[in-house]
Order: sequence, then structure tokens, then C-alpha cells
Amino acid sequence: MSAILQLTPEGKLKHFLTIEGLDKSLLTEILDLAESFAGMSDQQVKKVPILRGKTIVNLFFENSTRTRTTFELAAKRLSADVLSINIATSATSKGESLLDTIRNLEAMFVDMFVVRHALSGAAHFIAQQVAPHISVINAGDGQHAHPTQAMLDMFTIRQIKKDFAPLKVAIIGDILHSRVARSEIVALNALGVTEVRVIAPKTLLPAHVETLGVKVFYNLNEGLKDVDVVMMLRLQKERMSSALLPSESEYFKCFGLTEDKLKLAKPDAIVMHPGPINRGVEIDSKVADGPQSVILKQVSNGIAIRMAVMAMAMQPQGTSA
Amino acid sequence: MKRIQINHGRIIDPANGIDRIGNVYIADGKILSVASRPDGFDADIQIDANEQIVCPGFIDLSTRLREPGQSRKATIKSETLAAASAGVTTLCLQPDTMPVIDAPAVAELIKDLAEKAGYPQIHPIAALTQKLEGTELSAMLSLKQAGCIAVGHANEPVKNLLILRRAMEYAASHDLLLMLRPNDYWLGNNGCAHEGALATRYGLPSIPEAAETIALSQCLELAELTGCRVHFGQLSCKRSVIKIQQAKNDGLRVTANVAMHQLHLTENDMTPFDSAYHVLPPLRTEDDKQYLRLGVAAGTLDGICSDHQPHDLDAKLGAFPETEPGISALETLLPLLLKLVADGALTLPEGVAALTSKPAEILGLQRGALTPGLPADVCIFDPKAQWRVDADHWRSQGANTPYWGQTMQGLVTHTLQAGRVIHS
Amino acid sequence: MNPNHIDIPELIDQLADRLKTIIAERKLTNPLLIGIRTGGVWIAERLHQKLQIQEPLGLLDISFYRDDFSQIGMNPKVKPSQLPPQLEGRDIILIDDVFYTGRTIRAALNEIFDYGRPNQVVLAVLIERDGRQIPLAPDCAGIRIALNPGQRIKLTGPEPLSVHVELVKGAA
Repeated sequence: MSAILQLTPEGKLKHFLTIEGLDKSLLTEILDLAESFAGMSDQQVKKVPILRGKTIVNLFFENSTRTRTTFELAAKRLSADVLSINIATSATSKGESLLDTIRNLEAMFVDMFVVRHALSGAAHFIAQQVAPHISVINAGDGQHAHPTQAMLDMFTIRQIKKDFAPLKVAIIGDILHSRVARSEIVALNALGVTEVRVIAPKTLLPAHVETLGVKVFYNLNEGLKDVDVVMMLRLQKERMSSALLPSESEYFKCFGLTEDKLKLAKPDAIVMHPGPINRGVEIDSKVADGPQSVILKQVSNGIAIRMAVMAMAMQPQGTSA
Repeated sequence: MKRIQINHGRIIDPANGIDRIGNVYIADGKILSVASRPDGFDADIQIDANEQIVCPGFIDLSTRLREPGQSRKATIKSETLAAASAGVTTLCLQPDTMPVIDAPAVAELIKDLAEKAGYPQIHPIAALTQKLEGTELSAMLSLKQAGCIAVGHANEPVKNLLILRRAMEYAASHDLLLMLRPNDYWLGNNGCAHEGALATRYGLPSIPEAAETIALSQCLELAELTGCRVHFGQLSCKRSVIKIQQAKNDGLRVTANVAMHQLHLTENDMTPFDSAYHVLPPLRTEDDKQYLRLGVAAGTLDGICSDHQPHDLDAKLGAFPETEPGISALETLLPLLLKLVADGALTLPEGVAALTSKPAEILGLQRGALTPGLPADVCIFDPKAQWRVDADHWRSQGANTPYWGQTMQGLVTHTLQAGRVIHS
Repeated sequence: MNPNHIDIPELIDQLADRLKTIIAERKLTNPLLIGIRTGGVWIAERLHQKLQIQEPLGLLDISFYRDDFSQIGMNPKVKPSQLPPQLEGRDIILIDDVFYTGRTIRAALNEIFDYGRPNQVVLAVLIERDGRQIPLAPDCAGIRIALNPGQRIKLTGPEPLSVHVELVKGAA
């Protein structure tokens, strides 16, 4: 059903809400297009005129400087006009409903919404409600999905490892609350990796997590053996106060990625993190800044992927020539 | 009072073990006979029930009519019209109106509004605690005297077991039935979907079935301790059915119902993030659904309710977790019952019993049967008629149903309440 | 002339001679050769040799500058253009295989001007055909031809280079 909502009748991208329902060839198309855009970054002229005259609104109901600025930069490099609106949740609860906010902006001839919201399903809801010519990009909805993050991580993996098929990928941390993790798992499986592992304490794993297509490990040492890609997730401080974990130091002891632990993975394993990093909580500084870390590459790839997704979703609908 | 004769229908009256073609004779608002024609009976109204089913009017154990206080969503007038068209002749009203049914004046207001709407058979369920806050007892005796049929706690938690114990003891001392939907507030953790594979995929805050089963167990123990009669409402999982069966085996005086939609829908039927499927308790697994069906067939679950919860449009417009739970369910009650029969889960008489004689027994009402001398609450329906769930056919003010736009089979043609035709 | 009997090496020789004349006439200094992907690059490589230009050949991909994006959308496999960082004040020789409607050249000029303001741009094409839609024209062409309605001319390569006339799919 997500495919039905996201794709045009011809199978082209119309909204980008979740990796679910998108097949390997479409995901590969996104990666290929991002590669074209990535080549532009070290050039004098970083702009292309593809989305000139289009208006893109970044609608962020959840604060995020990092994601918001990469979306802004991506839109500007496509020559679109960009508007960033930061709606703190308290304002929404006082004032407009989600739907009213959308309607008011639609009335100003907007072409695309990039939405980040604290509730799962928000992007789906907005995509169902907007006028037919408007596209919606999900910049993170609740605990459900963060598809552009997953794609930029796939892009980074492809840059270094080239082929997805033989890879064993481990995702470590708070899977339960992570929209990044959910999107990564779907993307990795769609692109055909050998194995996706999740490594976490039981309190941080959702029910029936194996049904997502992952192998579960409660022990970091076991889970890291032979792994090609290590994806770290950020641990939020609230988890301690909701009785999910005793303390940051205990977490670091069991699940923190140190140089020693990393040695259990393959010698050429890469270390990834969607950021922002909690040094000394989920990852040791030596690893974060070390030779196997590709964290900064992820950041710079973020713009190219977002450019690709926006360009593809803004494509013409209906019959092509 | 008119004399009414209902001709040549298939009479299904489980309370009296009747399932045959025949006529029903009504006078003075009461059933006169379902067997032979009474001497000198001269009908004022003849209703042709050929090819149709004639059964007692349905008794709904759990509904919300949104009045007083939430007439944006629905009114007693609009919803009783819907109920009448659905063959429902008796409604139990949950206490979470605004204000809550914790004062006799509110109960009296409701009865008044019911009379004005021409549908007197609304039985308010009184709030167990004041304002449903779970701290102080409500004036249960006064509420009973004002016409409340039972006490309950809607969807609100009674977080403190000591208070629940005392409330149950007090209710028991006035021989009041407690109608409770078991749910542990803390384990429920403000979830909106069943803790399972689907909620994991969609990242939806989830409710484990343990939230229901643990609360159920606690209340069963308290029922034993206090002697309070308890009717557990809107059970949603297999393990709850097992606990009820165990309790009955142990001789405890408990009964239970299940909402009709839980017998048909599971988490897998949800279109992604479609708020039409947002209900509490949440839709669970296929396994749970099958076991709930078995529970009804075996009599472990005594009755089926509609759990009717009409909503205004805005309530369902938003990201899934922020939408309000509930389905507008009166008018799909009959078609969904017939679907259960078609699926082989129940026989038609068993299904009718779950909506008539069983609820009557639970509530201690002299209704739900076509026994001569009883008020003539009758439902006549065409089991084959097909109709579409859309604005042309729907009477409830709430259009919030996952069945919107679908074709249903089974249509009520006449409804009589105490011998008055309230729908035709 | 029959399009199927075009002698490409000869045309390229002629183009090279013509360009030498233009370079002198218009006083081009240190001209930068830019080929438009893909066919233009093949031609430009050969001209680059014949004109004995030292500076590496510039490669221009106009996919992102096409004016029909809103009709036909995106081609995913795009290699980025390779041009020197500064085109300010440069003399440029822009090379393409076929000049038809003029839209490709317009896109190419837009892209070039985004890099900086050149001193002059000279356009050389292997084949100029009928069907202009934008008021642009090559400064020199190897050959000029007219085609029948529904026909299209394509250069294939890189080795060997050859020219084909084909029918456009779905043409009336």
C-alpha cells in the first residue's frame, strides 16, 4: 500500500515516505542519480537549474538543524526556492492542526513538502491530504521511517564496498525508538545483503523484531563477528529515565563500540553513525575519528541523496513523451 | 396501542429455543403469541416478513452516543436513529460523556433526551468513580435509582487497586454489575496499536496484550474477593478468553463481551496509518481473532457488542497516534454478524443469541426474547439484501468506519420497540 | 547527398581546417575545446588531436540543463561535466555531433555561462540538419542536410564512428 501511495501509475517516485514498497531497481536509480549529483560538490558551479521556479517547504515539527540544513542546501543546489518552517510542537497544540498548516501553505503555491514530525505516519497522512501536484518527502516521522538517511547510508556503503550482496551489516543501539534503524533494515534487505543483524539489550528491541528480516543479538561480541558494516545508533538520554537502561556507563560497557570491540569485525569493516554522536556512550572517540569511520562521508553524501530524491519526486506525473 | 401481525418470517428466538417459520402477534406493546393466532386477533398493521428473519431487537452492551457534551461528534437523536435502523432496541451508554455520568442529574438528562428522541431504551452505565478519575467513589446507589443499569469506567484507568477493590465492594453491596474494559494504564503506555509485528514495522507506540490480561487477572481476583458481579467488555485477545473460561470453571460469576469488529479485523487488515483502524483495544493477531470467535461459539464470551464510537471528521484527521480511537459501528452490526455465520464461526441462532438473550441475561433485563407478555422489541431483517456503506445509507453522524464504501449484506427492514415501529 | 554515404574522417578534416581559419579570423587565444556528451565528445577528441591543443578537452553533460525536464524527467546515469574551474574570459570552441532544434546548444551555453563569462564561444558541428526551433546557428558545420518528416540522424561510436538515419518511434 505504501507503494501505491508513493509511486505514480508508471512506477515513478511521487512521494518519498518510506523505503518499504520500493524495489531494488528504484533504490538503485536513486543511488545512481545521487552519484551524478555527488560529482558536482567539488566543482566550482554546484547548482543545476532542474527545479528552478519550484517552491519547496521544509516543514519541521521536530527540531533538527542538521537535517534541515542539508535539505535546504540540496533544494538550493537544484535551484529551487526554499522555505524552512520550524513548528515547535507546543505552537501546534495551541494553534493550527496539522492539516490546517498544510492547507495554508498549499494556498501559497508550494510544490513540495519536506516533513519531519514526532508521530509515526505523519508523512503518510500529509501525502494523502495534499493537492495532487504536490510531493512529500519524509524527513523522519516518529519512530517509523527516515528514508533519506537510509539512502545516504546505502550510498556510502556502495561507494566503499561496491557490492551489497556479500555484506553482513550490524545495527547497534536503540532499535525500538529508531526510525533510522527501521529504514536501514528495509533498504539493506531490499538491496540484497547477506545478513542484517541487530545488537541491543532486550529493552531496546521492538516486539517480533525478527519479522523485519534481521538476526537478533543481545551480545556485542557475538554480533560483531565477521561484520562488514557497523552502524551505530544514537542513545538518547530519556532512555535512562524511562527505565529502559540503568546508565550510560553500563551501556557503554556492553554495547559501546571501542577499538577492541571493532577488531571482532572484519579488518576492513566500516563504522557508520547517523549523528549526532554521543562520544563515550555508544562510540569511543578513537573509533569515531579513526580510519574505519566513514561518518563524515555520510554527512557529505546527505546532500547528493536529498537532491536525487527531490529531483525524482518532482518529476512530471502522467504520461511521458 | 396498535395490534401488529408479522407474517411468515423465520422466527429466531434463542431464549425460547424457537427457529421456525411463523407469525408473530403483538398488542398493547407486548408480544401476544408466536405460535397460533390469538382468538379474535384483528391486526391494525400487517408486516410481510416473507424470506426475512424475525428476532428479538438487539441489545447493545457498549455504545457511545456523545451526548451530553460532545454533540460535535453525534447526538442521542442521530445515534438512536442509527440504532433503530440497525435493529438495536436497547442501548447501554458508557459513562464517559461530558459531564461524566457520576451524578443522578446527568443520568436523568440522558433519559430525558432519550424520551425526546423517541427512543426510551437507553440505559446509562454509571461512572464507578467521580469524574472517572479513579480516586473517589461515585454515588452509585443514587445513580442506580436514577436509572443506571450498571457501573463502569469507560476507557479510564483505575490506577489504584485498593480503590478498585473498595469501589467493587460498594457496587456489590448495592447489587450493581460492574462493566469493565480491562486495561493496565502503565503497561498500555499510551500506545495506539497492538504490540506485534505490524506496530514494529510502522514504529507505532504499542500496547502489549499483557496490558489487558494482567488487568483482567487483577479484576478477577478482586471479583472473587469482593463478590462483585463483573462483566468484562471488549476483550481482544486469546489469553483473555482463556482466563475468562478458567474463571467460569472456578465458579466465579463473571461474563464477557467482545466488540464485533474484533471478530473480523486484525492488525494485518490495517492499511498503513489509516486512522479508520485506530481502535482501543487495538486490533490484534489472526490467532486472537480466531480464538475470540471460538470463545463466542463456546459461550465463554457471552455477548457481542458494537462498541459504537462515532467521531467527527477532525478526530480522525491526523497522524495515526494523534487520532482518536473508535469505530462508528451500529449499522454494520447485523451484516458483520451474518458474515460470522457465513464464515461458519456461529450458527444464526447462536449469533442472534449473542445480540439478544445473552445481553439481556447479563443485564438482568426482561427483554431479548419473544416471550409472550414481554415488551415487543422486534427486529425484522432481510439476510440477503445488499447495501453500500455511504452517505446515502448511513444514519450515524460519525462516518468513521473502515467499512466505508464497502458493500454489506444484511439489512434491517423493520424495528419495533415496545410495540412501536421505530424503523421501517 | 545521401546521409548513409557520409565520409566522417573527411568531414572532420574539413571541420578542422575551417576551425583553423576561424581561430585566426576571430583572434581566438588559447581556445578551450569543449565536447558535448556523448557524440560531441567523440568528434571533439579527434578535432583536439588535429588542432594540436595542449589543454585537456572539456566534457559537457547537459542533462541537468535540458529544457524538457518537466516533460520527460530525469536520466539517472549522468556523469558530471568536466571543465576547468574558471571560464571567465576564455575563448571556447564548443563541439557537438548534430545541430537540430538548437535546444542542446542553448542548454550547453547556459551551463557554460554558469561557470563564468567567456570571451567568445564558437560552435562547430559535424552535421547541421533542418528543424531549427531556437534562433541559434553553428559557426561551422561539416555538412548540411535535410531529412524527411519522422526521420532522425544519429552518430554512433566511438570506434568506428558512423552515421545512421532512422525513423523516430511513434512518428506519424
